Amino acid sequence: MNFKFALFFGVTIAIAAPAFAEKAVEAPGGKFAKEAEQMFLSSFRADNPSYWMKRLEQDETMKMCAQFRDNPPRKLGEKFEKLNAATIRYPVDGKLIGDWKEGEKLAAVGTGGHIGFIQPDPAGRVRGGNCYACHQLAKKELAYGTIGPSLQNFGKIRGNSDDIIKYAYDKIYNSNAFTACTNMPRFGLHSWLTPEQITHIVAFLIDPASPVNKD
Amino acid sequence: MIQRLTKTLVGAVFIAAFAGPVLAQDSKVADELAKYREALADGNPADLFEVKGEGLWTEKRGPKNASLEQCDMGLGPGKLDGAYAQLPKYFKDTNKVMDAESRLIHCMITLQGFKASDLKNWYSTPGNDSDIEALITYIGGKSNGKPINVPATHPAEAKMAKMGEYIFYRRAGPQDFSCSICHGQDGKRIRLQELGNLTTKEGAGVAMKTWPSYRVSQGTVWTMQRRLIDCMRQARWPEPNYLADSVIALETYLQKNATGTVMETPGIKR
Repeated sequence: MNFKFALFFGVTIAIAAPAFAEKAVEAPGGKFAKEAEQMFLSSFRADNPSYWMKRLEQDETMKMCAQFRDNPPRKLGEKFEKLNAATIRYPVDGKLIGDWKEGEKLAAVGTGGHIGFIQPDPAGRVRGGNCYACHQLAKKELAYGTIGPSLQNFGKIRGNSDDIIKYAYDKIYNSNAFTACTNMPRFGLHSWLTPEQITHIVAFLIDPASPVNKD
Repeated sequence: MIQRLTKTLVGAVFIAAFAGPVLAQDSKVADELAKYREALADGNPADLFEVKGEGLWTEKRGPKNASLEQCDMGLGPGKLDGAYAQLPKYFKDTNKVMDAESRLIHCMITLQGFKASDLKNWYSTPGNDSDIEALITYIGGKSNGKPINVPATHPAEAKMAKMGEYIFYRRAGPQDFSCSICHGQDGKRIRLQELGNLTTKEGAGVAMKTWPSYRVSQGTVWTMQRRLIDCMRQARWPEPNYLADSVIALETYLQKNATGTVMETPGIKR
């Protein structure tokens, strides 16, 4: 009797504990979240062009990630990973591996896309992936960030199978297809990079001749 | 100057200590960066802004030909020692939570008779110094050595801190960014720039204690408002208005997190 009770008690705690842990983290802003959203949106100049202001609109993934401080419950995360995977589009010719030299340039460029009245980018400013901001890539580049994992020797370690090439393409196109609420931008989904540009970065990661795979 | 140099040396040792666990190559780079920062700190051009700000504080100016000496920055009229370190806070006379900059503008309007529309020169650019930034550098310097103290206990302050927290985690834009993407973890960096975890006291402290700061790359002093507005530009969002409540909310959230860390202003940054 005692043993049964203890068993029941133990199981209850095991089930209740994770649920409790999830509930313990309050959504940012708490009861003021709605008011904070209105305050945020009303703090921009009225003469902002509407295509600038559109950048502040959140899709369902962004909203969900903010609500859970980028750490959603696993089941919800899986749901959003499927939704994001369904957005991935491929180049018309189906070739997912491009020119690593073009990819090398795109990985280094951190400019482009700045808007606003104080220091906007001039029209036609080259827009890159800025991969080095967060990742280690070619060994010769010391000024790399650490928000993302090191991708040095990406192709050397993982090989160049079709699966790996598709994985690299998909991850750059929509990182949230693999990990909902990851820190990595969704370059393809937002049309920040074109499918063709993404294939160049894939080549930079995978091509044996790329400096990423040279010691 | 000796005091500042000592602080920089302590900072250099601190940075070197953190660089320890990473690759030898990285620590060499970090050492070089520390040397660079040390060289910069020896003769911070922000000192000139501080002196200019002091002059502007005591000078009779504006349609009312009055100085700012009776301005109440939160500790009573004319009391500046430690005032910056306890802002933003709730002010009864305006029924608003105000930061150093919104309070200063309030004083320039009420005491000196300036119109809000006269005070458009918020930002210094090289060769065109903003009076407001000089004044803020002076006011900030008066809190040097004082601990940041923004417990946000008044209900209006607590609400503002919560709203700042909401904005800190709010994702948007073509890069899916929020403040927390870069500033929500320990020990990360963008390129070679170390990033503070602004959700912790230590991280928020490192970020908040040195503003206003001389930006070498910009050739001028930046205030906290200017810094946060630029964060949004870097996230590829539109820029919020100067003195917007959303910026004051972020400042309240960050100062609350940084409470207890000691001010070292004006700072100097890359």
